[in-house]
Amino acid sequence: MSSSSLQYQDVKVGDALPELPIDLTVSLIVAGAVASQDYTPVHHDKAAAQSAGMQDVFMNILTTNGLVSRFVTDWAGIDARVTNVSIKLGTPNLPGDTMTLGGSVCEKDDGSATVLVEVTGKNAWGNHVTGTVRVALPTGA
Amino acid sequence: MSLSGKEREEFEKKLEAYVGIDIGVEDVARDEVNQAMIRHWCEAMGDRCGAYADVEAAARSVHGEIVAPPAMLQAWVLGGVAMAAGQADPRDKQKELHRFFDEHGYTGVVATNTEQEYKRYLRLGERISARTLIESISEQKATAIGIGYFINTRTVFQNQHGEEVGSMTFRVLKFEAAEQPAAAVDAAPDASAKPQRLKPGLGFDNKWWWDCLEKGELAIQKCSQCGVLRHPPRPMCHECQSTSWEYIFSSGQGTIYSYVVIRYPEVPGYTYPLVVAVIDLAEGTRFVGNVVDIDPDEVEVGMKVVASIELVDDEMKLPVFRPA
Ligand SMILES: [Zn+2]
Repeated sequence: MSSSSLQYQDVKVGDALPELPIDLTVSLIVAGAVASQDYTPVHHDKAAAQSAGMQDVFMNILTTNGLVSRFVTDWAGIDARVTNVSIKLGTPNLPGDTMTLGGSVCEKDDGSATVLVEVTGKNAWGNHVTGTVRVALPTGA
Repeated sequence: MSLSGKEREEFEKKLEAYVGIDIGVEDVARDEVNQAMIRHWCEAMGDRCGAYADVEAAARSVHGEIVAPPAMLQAWVLGGVAMAAGQADPRDKQKELHRFFDEHGYTGVVATNTEQEYKRYLRLGERISARTLIESISEQKATAIGIGYFINTRTVFQNQHGEEVGSMTFRVLKFEAAEQPAAAVDAAPDASAKPQRLKPGLGFDNKWWWDCLEKGELAIQKCSQCGVLRHPPRPMCHECQSTSWEYIFSSGQGTIYSYVVIRYPEVPGYTYPLVVAVIDLAEGTRFVGNVVDIDPDEVEVGMKVVASIELVDDEMKLPVFRPA
């Protein structure tokens, strides 16, 4: 087992995760859309985004999902296993802004050795994403 | 264009036929779970977890071998460029439903929620496929981006051996996109612009007060007849009904008379939690302002504060208060 990974017994309800600021560049938005095989034009073509009523290309939901998961596993380490992600989108992630991911442990389940992390990703316009991630942690047993 | 009552009734009746049905086509991954697509994903996300890329670190971990980031689950079965170009299977009932919405003016689409369950992480070489059910269609909703309907789908993912590896519920809003004339697009604010505070309505009765603030002075209106102070600015004295007035400058010294801490909802342009206080100014009138640079739990009634006139966004100056 990797020693840098969090152990279930070392986590307490209320523990805060280190904040993760993400620079929202066109490159990130496009790379995320392409890596998730989502070629919907609004995620890579500014003109298409504008005719859909947005100012610029905006992040797709799979990228948000990927960043939220990464935020939690960056904290929990290589031996963590994400079992559930539940997210709700709010304000769009647009180029030039920064999204800051923050979160804390809101629940522990001894039976499954999982913890539930509440996550919020804020940009200048409000909450881009709110949700929860359930992650199974090693017990060292 | 919104549907009239009768049209809408017929439209919604036809929607019912889609609820509870399998979309009729299986989405089969074009590629096996593979290191190249995993690497592209991790690079985009900035994800450096060794379980996805480092053979030795992955082998030492609980995963025992290279695994795919769980959030890629849906990416394995998305159709890439061809799907976005609309080259979908004509038997696909989900696409048919979206077209049905499009034809009735609900052309906008935006994903609003996703819930995913990962039974286990995927390993290199697995071939994923997905079956999707249209679970529900909401009643018509008025949302911030337009009037529309939420469509909930449920997708179950399995590997080439028929083993279920995960599931997902996905919610999209199909909505009537607000008309966006070309001129409005050109005038659309720079996406990188930061939100600004709501500007005050300026008129004869209050513009002088904002002008003073612009020069760095916190003015207080004073009745020229009876000498009573008043704020915010208004044309008539509440004591003697005189309409003649002058003003004095406040020292900015004050005491917190009462306060609230706003945590939700968060209005763009402010920092939260936001302390909003009613302050007894030393000169003898009250003023509503924000108390900053203090832990909201440490704010107290009776606390001495002092004002400083500062830019609160790119354009607007306001008095903000700090503990004296
Ligand atoms: Zn008076």
